[in-house]
Parts: sequence; structure tokens; C-alpha cells
Amino acid sequence: MKKVKTAQELKSLQEEIKNSRDPEKPCITICAGTGCLTYGSQKLVDNFRSEIEKQNLKGKVEVRASGCHGFCERGPLVVINPQNIFYQRVGLDDAEEIIKETVLNGQIIDRLLYVDPVTQEKILHEDEIPFYKRQMRLVFGMNGNIDPNSLEDYLAIGGYSALIKVLNGMEPEAIIEEIKTAGLRGRGGGGFSMGLKWEATRKAPGLPKYIICNADEGDPGAYMDRSLLEGNPYSILEGMLIGAYAIGSNTGYIYVRNEYPLAVKNITIAVEKARELGILGKDILGSGFDFDVLIVRGGGAFVCGEETALIASIEGRSGEPRAKYVFPSERGLYNKPTNINNVETWANVPLIINKGAEWYRSIGTENSKGTKIFALVGKINNTGLVEVPMGITLREIVYDIGGGIPKGRKFKAVQVGGPSGGCIPESHLDLQVDFDALSKVGSMMGSGGMIVMDDRTCMVDVALYFLKFLEEESCGKCTPCREGVHQMRLILERITEGNGKEEDLETIEWMGKAIIDGSLCGLGGTAPNPVLSTLRYFRDEYEAHIKEKTCPAGVCKALITYTIDPELCTGCMVCAKICPVEAATGEKKEVHTIDQYKCIKCGACFESCKFDAVKVS
Amino acid sequence: MAEMVTLIINGLKIHAPAGTTLLEAATDANIYIPHLCSNEELAPYGACRLCMVEITQGERARLVASCIFEVTEGLEVKTNTERVLNVRRLVIELLLSRNNKHPALLKIADELGVKETRFPVEQRGCILCGQCVRTCREVVGVSAIGFSGRGITRKIATPFMESPPDCIACGSCVYVCPVQVIPMKEENGVRTIMKYDYPMQKCRKCGQYFAPKKQLEYFSKITNLPLEHFETCVGCR
Repeated sequence: MKKVKTAQELKSLQEEIKNSRDPEKPCITICAGTGCLTYGSQKLVDNFRSEIEKQNLKGKVEVRASGCHGFCERGPLVVINPQNIFYQRVGLDDAEEIIKETVLNGQIIDRLLYVDPVTQEKILHEDEIPFYKRQMRLVFGMNGNIDPNSLEDYLAIGGYSALIKVLNGMEPEAIIEEIKTAGLRGRGGGGFSMGLKWEATRKAPGLPKYIICNADEGDPGAYMDRSLLEGNPYSILEGMLIGAYAIGSNTGYIYVRNEYPLAVKNITIAVEKARELGILGKDILGSGFDFDVLIVRGGGAFVCGEETALIASIEGRSGEPRAKYVFPSERGLYNKPTNINNVETWANVPLIINKGAEWYRSIGTENSKGTKIFALVGKINNTGLVEVPMGITLREIVYDIGGGIPKGRKFKAVQVGGPSGGCIPESHLDLQVDFDALSKVGSMMGSGGMIVMDDRTCMVDVALYFLKFLEEESCGKCTPCREGVHQMRLILERITEGNGKEEDLETIEWMGKAIIDGSLCGLGGTAPNPVLSTLRYFRDEYEAHIKEKTCPAGVCKALITYTIDPELCTGCMVCAKICPVEAATGEKKEVHTIDQYKCIKCGACFESCKFDAVKVS
Repeated sequence: MAEMVTLIINGLKIHAPAGTTLLEAATDANIYIPHLCSNEELAPYGACRLCMVEITQGERARLVASCIFEVTEGLEVKTNTERVLNVRRLVIELLLSRNNKHPALLKIADELGVKETRFPVEQRGCILCGQCVRTCREVVGVSAIGFSGRGITRKIATPFMESPPDCIACGSCVYVCPVQVIPMKEENGVRTIMKYDYPMQKCRKCGQYFAPKKQLEYFSKITNLPLEHFETCVGCR
């Protein structure tokens, strides 16, 4: 691509690309986000491309491999435009049929349509599917419209308009004011005002100033930042360019975990292309503003998502946090003023500049503006990434968008905010999701993980799971986090093994408070949350484990036994076949039994019995 | 002369130079705050969390580590609130689960009214305050030892768990350890630190073993003076 030298030239190029594209030209978009890629969608993309060649349709039909569309549960996903036809669970060999039937003849392939599980109705268009209908995909929605490796695609949808606007005469102070007025708060966990952070970094004495994009997403089950970087790396670069200009920084870093190879690849390509075009480098668009971006790959320590640990890691030291009594905006990377924000926050910036702070403020609640992307996972029908306006209720997310709990089971809790978030029970399902409401109920926004649990989830076991994760990821620098979380895990483990003591609950509550108060960084400072929140809402379950030595949800292996109800058993032999240790036995059409001595409590018989004859007690 | 700030600790008005930490200011004013990882020769670190105090800024009260928090004008500090004591009690109980023998730990426990730890004791000796590692890096300047592992598996280690090539056998780590768990002995012209042996130098004049050879080599290197200059003990110089 030819280098553009002025904002006007970039605008003309944008127009030129826009005008060269025929909105009526058929376009097959295949989701090539990480979820769909694991279903094999790269093969599907190749099949579409070779089919286009074979049928001499090159130039007439476009094939686009896009980033994640969010509805990972139903992948591989294919959208056919201009009609917006949505195909799901597309087979790798369906390419030929889709081109022949749908693209060329306008025929709908029935079996590939999404069926609404409630109404059993088949739905034709992407935007009519309940999963998408209730969302507000301002940041994430662009993913479906671009090939992440095509700068032209980004320009075609109006990309870099915000940069043009900024370089066409917006003063840095005015930009900061706009972001402040918009009320954008950090999407990485802290929830601090982005505008205030920019202002503090701009005003802090010392040069050079740095900006950092924190792409060290590490929460189990969370992948929104990954999908943004993979699917729309340009919007993040645009946000960073605007931030750097406003702050007065010439160097930006993107700290991305090495476990995200596609994100690393796509952002690297995006940076190279931006340099080629002249929107990264010296004297950007003739404005006299210099800015470039370096990509640093993180080694995968969870704690490196904590900003001071991340800074230490970029500096080449081990990823250990320091106390933040002096903010990075004053003394950050190499002890210079540094602004650090996460991927999703940066991606919101162009939106605010393009549409204005007032428009942005109109979305959300009083103190939480805009949208938030959540990774909706766990015991939920529609697993995927959802972008919703702040203030939407948990119930809407879980039932309207998420489609409720699979297999007709009962909702029990939703864990919001990553491993150190809190579990929210059914009684709070009508909670309007925003920063303040979530912390009020003992949870937090975090980076936006949302793990749904059904009635077969043991809350003590869940707390133990998260605590184990945090224990492993603690850097070990400060005592409360290193030793405290470890000891807390030992106590919880004892409880799940039926060796809990009466005083344990008091001990973990006391420890929890002291660990929160005493820890050096946010990891230890929030680590007890999963324990404290489950204790707050599901105390009876803890008590059952300790006093009655039972696990009400039937999960903790030491406290349960599987038996077969002779009234219900039909002797179908399925349990006997599936049992890995030959504990379940019986003759055909005879009542089966489980040898308790041999049983390892894996639950395979329970899951496989079609007659509900296997009982847990 | 540094600018002075006035702050209030436990109701008492204290004057301290700007840039000093709360722990230093309190110590200078004879107000005791227990601590294990802090050492005035080392950069502020804030790892053991025994020195937590409660500060009030505006309406918000919060806990900070006094060994890293710098004094500010008008700051109100309380060193013994229930919230503070709870953190200290937890910390000392946790440290006792690593080492319930050393008098320095037992003394702090006693001050906090902690008779014993309720956690299972796994005698590890080291409490991971990091003073040895930081002294080796910041004071000696060689970084012969460091941390390995993370979380509960963190430990003080030498590179690749082998004899540390950069160690000058100065013994600073041994000297600085608040719970004295780094063994050192000298026998027949050999100093042994942990399990590693370092030959000693005999004084050119009196013939006594007086310092590890590697330490003298290091002195020679950093001062640009000939090695022979250091091969005479201080007493004979």
C-alpha cells in the first residue's frame, strides 16, 4: 500500500476503497476466530476458496475469513451477505453446496439454519437470532465485517476516521476531555477512568512517556481481548494512536501472551501494514507526531496482567508486582510516566471520538458507561462472547442471550469477574450489571468472565478450584498471598474431603479479610473473593460438608456414593460398558449394581444412564 | 536539608523529612512497628506485610505497608488498629508455619498475642523476606542468588541449583538473614556457605586465613588495584 502523507490523503484513500466496493456483491464470511478454527474452519475457508476457483467465480463472489463472531457454541459459523443469511455448525464439506444453492440460486439450506431452542423456529438472519438480538455489539460487531489481515477492509468500514478527526485539529486536552466526559472506565479489572489516567500521564513530569496495551488476558474461560486482537487489531492500534497523541507519547507497547499465537500474528501484521501506510512511524500524516508500537510476548504468568508486574516483565525482570502507592502514570515503565490500559478499553476509544462523548454517555448506567464484552461460559446453552450495554440484568444475559441452562437443569450461580470474582446466586439475577452493582454483591467486573453454574455444581468445590488456580499463579513475593492462599486451599480441600472442622469457616472468613487487607497487589487482594462470596451465599453447603459430611450437589468424591435404584434399572448394560474400572456390573435385563470398593466416583454411569437409575447420595 | 513534613501517628505529631517512609518516620519517633523484610540499607520492598498500618486520606481508611509508603503532609496514621493487628496476626501465623522456632518470629508472635500457629507446620526455616537476595544484588552488587519458582514453591536459589559462579563468598546473605537459616562455617582454610566451598586467602604477613579468595579478587576488580594489595589482612596492613 502506498504511504499516505496527510490526513486528507488517508480520507481520500478511505473513500476510494469504500466506493470501489459493491455492497450487493455476494460475500461469504467464515468465522476464523479461535473457537471456530478449532472446529476446523480454516479448512472450510480453503474449501470455499477452491470452490470459487473451480466455478470460475473469482472476482464475483468474495470469501472472507473474519475474526470471532461470538457465537462459539454453534461454530463453524458462516454468514452470507448481502442477505445476512446465518449458517451454523457448517460442515467442512458444505462449501460447494452453499455456493451452488445459496450464493448462486438464493436457496436456503434448511439444515444449516439456527433453530431457536424455545420456539423451535428456524431463524434465517444473523441479527434475528436471540443470542445476537439482545446484544449491543459496538466494539465486537466489527469483527464480522473485516478480514483481520486486511487494512483495506478496516478502511472500508470507516476505520481510522477517528485518527483523521484527531489529527485534523483536535487538541490533546480536548481529546482527554472527551474521553473523561464519555465516562469510559478500564475494562481490565480496575475500572478506573481512562480519561483521568490519560490526564495524569500527560501532566506527569518526565520524558519519554509510554503507553501500554495490556493483552495479558489470563482468566480461565475469558477470551474477549484475545478475540478483539485476533479479529480487529486495527481498532486497538487506532485507540492507541489517539491515546499516544493525547498523552504525548511516542512509544507504545502491546504486551500479549505468547499462548495467543493468532493474536500475536494478526497484531504483528496490523502493525507492519500501519507502518507501510504511514500511520505508524515518524511525522504521522504530516502532523509532526511520531509514534510506533512494539509487541512484547508474555510468558504466560497470570500475575503479569497486573500492571506493575507487566511493566517489570517488559523491563526484562521477573513478573512481580510492586506497591502502587505511586501510580504508573507518574513512575511506570523504566520509571517514566506510563499509561496502561487493556485491549477492550483501547478498542472503545475510536468509537468515542467518532460518535462523541454525549452519545457514548447515553449508553449504560450512571457510573458505568458504554458496553462490556463478557465471556459467557460454563453450564449455559449459548457459550460465546457477548457484548451488552452496562446495566443489562444478569437474567437477560443468562436466559435471553445465553439461552438458559442446558438439559433443563436449574441455575445455581454465576461467577463474574475471573478467578478472583465472586459467585452471584439466583436471588441477585435481576442485578443490573455494572462496576458498582457487581462489587456491592461481593463480585467484580474484572475483565468480564462469566461462568454459569447449575444445580449440580458444588460451591465449595468451585471455590477450591479458583483458589487452586490463584495459589499456583501467586508470584510468591508477599506473605498473605503466598502462604495465606495456600493455607486456605488446604482448609478447603480438607472440607471437601469430609475432614472439615467446626471452626474452619470462622478461620477462612478471618483469613480472607486479612489476606485482602494485607496483600501487595490485586491478585492477593481479591484472591479470597470466590471463597468469601460462596460462603456468603451458600454457607449451608459448607456446613453440610463439615457437619453432615455430605456434598449436597453430589460432586465431592470423598462424600458421595453412586448406587443403582433397582426399581428404575432396566439392565441395559450401558453403565457396565462405560464404567472404566468395572465397578458397575450386571447381566442383560437384570438389575445392575455398583461395587463401592472398586468405584472411583467418576460419575460416568450417572451421566450415561437414560433411566435416571443411577443415584448420587 | 530535605523539606520536612508533619504527620500524625497514633495521635502524635511527627516531623519527618519528605521522602522517608512511614516506618522510618515512626522508628525515629520511637514508635514500634514490627517488620522482617525491611532493611535501611536496601531499597523499599514491602513483602512480609508485618509493618502494615492504617492511614486515613479523606474519608477513606486503608492499610499500607509502612516500609514503602512515603510520608505526606497531614497524613493520619494508626499503627495498632484491630484491622492492622489482624493482618499482622495472620502474617505471623503464616510465617510460623514455615518456621516456629526462631526467637525473632516468636518474639513478634508474642507481642501480637499469638501463642502458636493454627496452620500445619512444615519446617522450612526460610521466611522468604528476600533480604539475602536483595543484599547480594543491591549492596554487594553480584546477584549470585535469586528466587526460583513462584507462589508456595518460591525459594532462594542459585542459578541452575549449582554452585553460584558469581558468589564472592562474602557472607552478607548469612549476616543479613533475620532468621539465620543460611549456614556458614570456616574450617582448614575453606569457607562453606550453604553447601558450597570457597578457599580462603592466607595473609601474606601473619599467615592467618582472613578472607575468601573470590572476595579479594572481586575487590581487586572493582577498585582496579592489584590483587596483591588485598592479600594482606587489615590487621597487618
